[in-house]
Amino acid sequence: MEKLSFTMKPSTPATGTRARAIVGVVASGNLEVLLERNLPANICIIDIATAAPGFAAVWEAVIEDFVTRRPAGGLHISINDGGARPDMVSLRLAQGVRLIEELEA
Amino acid sequence: MTSANSWYEAGARQRVAAMLDPGSFAEFIGPEQREISPHLAIFDLPEQFDDGIIVGHGTLEGRRILVAAQEGRFMGGAFGEVHGAKLTGLLRAARSLGEPVLILFDTGGVRLQEANAGELAIAEIMRALVEARMAGVQVLGLIGGRAGCYGGGSLIAGCCSALIVSEQGRISVSGPEVIETNKGVEEFDSRDRALVWRTMGGKHRYLIGGADAFADDDVLAFREAALIVLAGNGRLDADVLEAEQQRLEHRLHRFGEAHDAIDIWTDIGVSEPTEIPGLATDEFLRRITDKREKANGAR
Amino acid sequence: MRNWSTQKEALALRRYAGQRYACGKIVALDDLPRFLEAVLRPGDRVCLEGDNQKQADILAKALANLDPGKIHDLHMVQSGVVLPEHLDVFEKGVAKRLDFSYSGPQSTRIARMLFGSKIELGAVHTYLELFARYFIDLTPQVALIAAVSADRDGNLYTGPNTEDTPTVVEATSFKSGLVVAQVAEIVDKVPRVDIPGDLVHFVVDAKKPFYVEPLFTRDPGAITETQILTAMLAIKGLYAPYGVRRLNHGIGFNTAAIELLLPTYGEKLGLKGKICTHFALNPHPTLIPAIEAGWVEQVHSFGSEVGMDDYLSARSDIFFTGPDGSLRSNRAYCQVAGLYACDMFIGSTLQIDLQGHSSTVTTNRIAGFGGAPNMGSDSRGRRHPSEPWLKAGADADPDTAEGLRRGRKLVVQIGETFGEKNVPLFVEQLDALELADKLDLDLAPVMIYGDDVSHIITEDGIANLLLCRDNDEREQAIRGVAGYTDVGRARDRKMVERLRARGVIRRPEDLGIDPLDADRRMLAARSIKDLMLASGGLYQPPSQFRNW
Repeated sequence: MEKLSFTMKPSTPATGTRARAIVGVVASGNLEVLLERNLPANICIIDIATAAPGFAAVWEAVIEDFVTRRPAGGLHISINDGGARPDMVSLRLAQGVRLIEELEA
Repeated sequence: MTSANSWYEAGARQRVAAMLDPGSFAEFIGPEQREISPHLAIFDLPEQFDDGIIVGHGTLEGRRILVAAQEGRFMGGAFGEVHGAKLTGLLRAARSLGEPVLILFDTGGVRLQEANAGELAIAEIMRALVEARMAGVQVLGLIGGRAGCYGGGSLIAGCCSALIVSEQGRISVSGPEVIETNKGVEEFDSRDRALVWRTMGGKHRYLIGGADAFADDDVLAFREAALIVLAGNGRLDADVLEAEQQRLEHRLHRFGEAHDAIDIWTDIGVSEPTEIPGLATDEFLRRITDKREKANGAR
Repeated sequence: MRNWSTQKEALALRRYAGQRYACGKIVALDDLPRFLEAVLRPGDRVCLEGDNQKQADILAKALANLDPGKIHDLHMVQSGVVLPEHLDVFEKGVAKRLDFSYSGPQSTRIARMLFGSKIELGAVHTYLELFARYFIDLTPQVALIAAVSADRDGNLYTGPNTEDTPTVVEATSFKSGLVVAQVAEIVDKVPRVDIPGDLVHFVVDAKKPFYVEPLFTRDPGAITETQILTAMLAIKGLYAPYGVRRLNHGIGFNTAAIELLLPTYGEKLGLKGKICTHFALNPHPTLIPAIEAGWVEQVHSFGSEVGMDDYLSARSDIFFTGPDGSLRSNRAYCQVAGLYACDMFIGSTLQIDLQGHSSTVTTNRIAGFGGAPNMGSDSRGRRHPSEPWLKAGADADPDTAEGLRRGRKLVVQIGETFGEKNVPLFVEQLDALELADKLDLDLAPVMIYGDDVSHIITEDGIANLLLCRDNDEREQAIRGVAGYTDVGRARDRKMVERLRARGVIRRPEDLGIDPLDADRRMLAARSIKDLMLASGGLYQPPSQFRNW
C-alpha cells in the first residue's frame, strides 16, 4: 500500500451542512471516499491509501482538477483505493461532494 | 427489466437506506470511526473504513429494528475479525433490547487472511444469534447480492428464523469452485452458470424450503417480504428443532438420489420444470403454487 | 503441347485417393485421419475455415494430428488463428507458412511462435483483403470447411453462421481445389442450400455442431459509469449532429452502452428514426432493446451470435433470413457493406498514438485485424452521397468546392483513457512498431491509420480530428482528450483551450452533459436476463452468461 497526502487550497468551500458522507467501495478498480467537514473553509486535505503504487503524479493531477472544479473547501477527504482508474477517482470525488451538499435525510 | 432499485446492483448502504423508513437509519461504529481490520495491513491489502459491514438501527413501518448489511464487493463480503464482531455485537444488543434483526447477507464466507479470527467470529455470531432467538427475537436473513451467501455466512443463514431470497441470490456452504476442485468437473462444472443457479440459486432454494420467501430483485420487494415475515413468529424451541430435523430427513429420503435440481422440480410436480429458471417472478410463483417444500415454520 | 488441365487432373487424383475412405461423398469420423492423409500433399495451400466466430474444429483437430513425416510444409491461408490446433499444426511441423487475419485467443502464443521462428509469416490481413487474395494469389488447393448439415449429394446447410463459407468454397472449388466439409448431421434434405453440392467433394459426419464463440455477447451488468458517459458523448456529440443512420459498431462495452442508451437517452433527445437505423453488424444481444423499441430498420450480419437464432428468425423484417426462416450471414458481403454503405465505424482499441494511429498489438500479443480496418477506413471508391459523409467531408476540407469535394467516413475510436489494469490508451509510440522491428516486418500492424480516424471519444471529451489543420493541432487534440495519461498530462494547455474554443475538442460540459448523470439506470437493459426478457424469451443466452 502506498500512502499519499495532499493539502490543497480550493477555490470554493463545500456547500451544504452535512458533517460527513461516504461513497464507493474498496474493490478492484474502485475506491471509497470518506468526506468529513472539519477543516477551515479554505483548506482541503486528501489522504490516500492506494493498492496501486507509483501513481503519485496522476493523483496530484486528478486532485488539482478536482479542487479547481468542485467546491471542496473545509473537507478532510480520506480515500481507500483498490486501484481505481483516474476517471473513477474523479467520479467518486464528485459524487462525494454532491452527497455532502445534500440535506441531512 | 432490472428494477431501478435492484438489490443485486445496490451496495450495502443503498440497500439499508432504501429498505428502512426514509432517514431512520443510524449507524453504530460508522466509517468515520475507522474501526478497520487489524490483519489486512500485514498482507499489504487495502482496508475499508467499515470493514465491509454496516450495523445500526432504524425503523420499518415505524417499528424499531436492528440491521446489518454486508458489502459483497469488498473482499467478497467475507467475514473478518472486526466485521464479525460488529455483527456479534448487534445480535447481543438485539437480545437485550428484544428488537428484531435483519441481516443483509452478501458474502463468500470467511476472509482467508483472517482465517482463525474469522472462523471464531462465525461461531460467536451463531451463538449470539441462537441466544437472541431463544429470547424470542426474530432474525431475518435477506439474500440477493453478487457474492451470494456461502461458507460461514450460509451457516449463520441456517440459524435465522427466516430467509428471504431473490432469483439472483445463492445459498450454499461450498461454492461452485470449491466443489469442482474437490470433486472434479464431472461432478460440478463451476463455469456452467445455469447449473450453479439451479443448484444454489434463489428459485431452487425457495422450491425446496431452503428459503422462506421469494422476492423480486428490488429493495422495496425485499422490504415488503420482510414486513410479511416479521408478522409471523420466529420461535425456537425443541419442538421446532425436532420438526426441522424430520423435514430434512424427509427431504433427503425423497430427493437423495436426484442428480439435478430439475429432477427434484419434476418430482414435486412443477409443470415444464426446465422453464423454471427463465420465468419472471409472477409466473414462477404461479407455476409453483402449493408445490414447494415448505419449511413449516420449522426454522 | 502444354497441358492446360493439370489442376483438374490433380483434383481428380485427390478425389480418387479420398474415395477409398468415403461412402459416396460421406466420410466417417473414424476414417478422417487416413482420409486427410490421402487427399493432402506436402506443400499444399490449405484454407482451414475458422474466423472470430465459427470453427471447423473437428477438421482442425484431425489436421493437427497428422503425421508430419507424411504431410508437411502446408501453407495455411485462413481467417482466424483461434483454436489451439491452429498453432499445433505449426508446432508439429505439419504446416510451415501462414497468412491470416485474426487471432484473438491465440494472440500471445502466435507472437511467441513467430519470435521462435516456428511460423513463416506471410502477412496479417484484414478479412476482406485475405478473401481478395483467395482469388488472386492465395487460392487454396484444399478447403476444410464447416456446415450444419449435408445431404448425400453434398448440398450444405451452413445455417445462421454461414460467415466465410461461400467465399472459401467459391475460391477453392471453381479453381479446381478440393472442398471437404464437416457437418453435424447427414440429412435427406437440407433446410436450405447454402452451398450447392457439386462444389463440395467430401462431407465428414462429425456428429456434433461446429464450435461457435459467443464473441459479440456483452453483459450489460459489466458496463461502467465511465463507459456510459462515453456513450452519452457519442450519441449527443456525434451521432446527433451528423445524423448517422448507417453504421457499424465494434464489440466493446462502450458501443454496447450506446446500443443500450438508444431507447432511453436517445429517445429523450428525440433521435429515434434520425440515427442508428441501418447496421452492418453481428446480431449483438445488446441491440435487442433498440430493435424492440422500433429504432432499427435493417441489419446485415457477418455471422450469427450464440443464442440469438430464434430471435433473428422471429425478426425477419430486420435481419436477412432464408426461406427456411433462419439467418443468412455472409462475412465478405457484410465487410463490403461496412466499407462502402456505412457512414460510420465506431470501435475500441488498445493503443492510440499522437498521430491517431491505433493498434491492438502489444509487444507480446498479436491479435490480428479481423474486419475492423475494412469498416474503419475511408473508402476511396465511394461515390454515393449521404448527409454525414458530406458533412464530415466539409469538416475536413472546407476550401474545396462542394461538387468536387470527397465526403469522409466517420471513423471513431471510443474508449476510456485507461484500460484494464490501468494501462493507458494513449501512447507516444505504438508497441506495434517495436514488434515490427523485432520480427523484421515491412509494415507495423496498425489497426486503423491515423489519417482514417475522424474522431476520438474518451470520458474527457470528443476530439474532432477532421477539424485539425496541421500535425501540431492533431497531436494536441489527441492529448486534449487523453485525460490523466502521460500523453494527456503533457498537453499544451493553452493550445488545447484554443482547440476547445473552435469546437475541435468538446468536453462533456460543452455538450450539456454532467458526468454525474452517467448512471447504470439509464441502460435499457442492465443484465443478460433483461435482454432475454426484452426479446420475449426468444434470446437464449449461453450458460456462461447467466445468473439465473
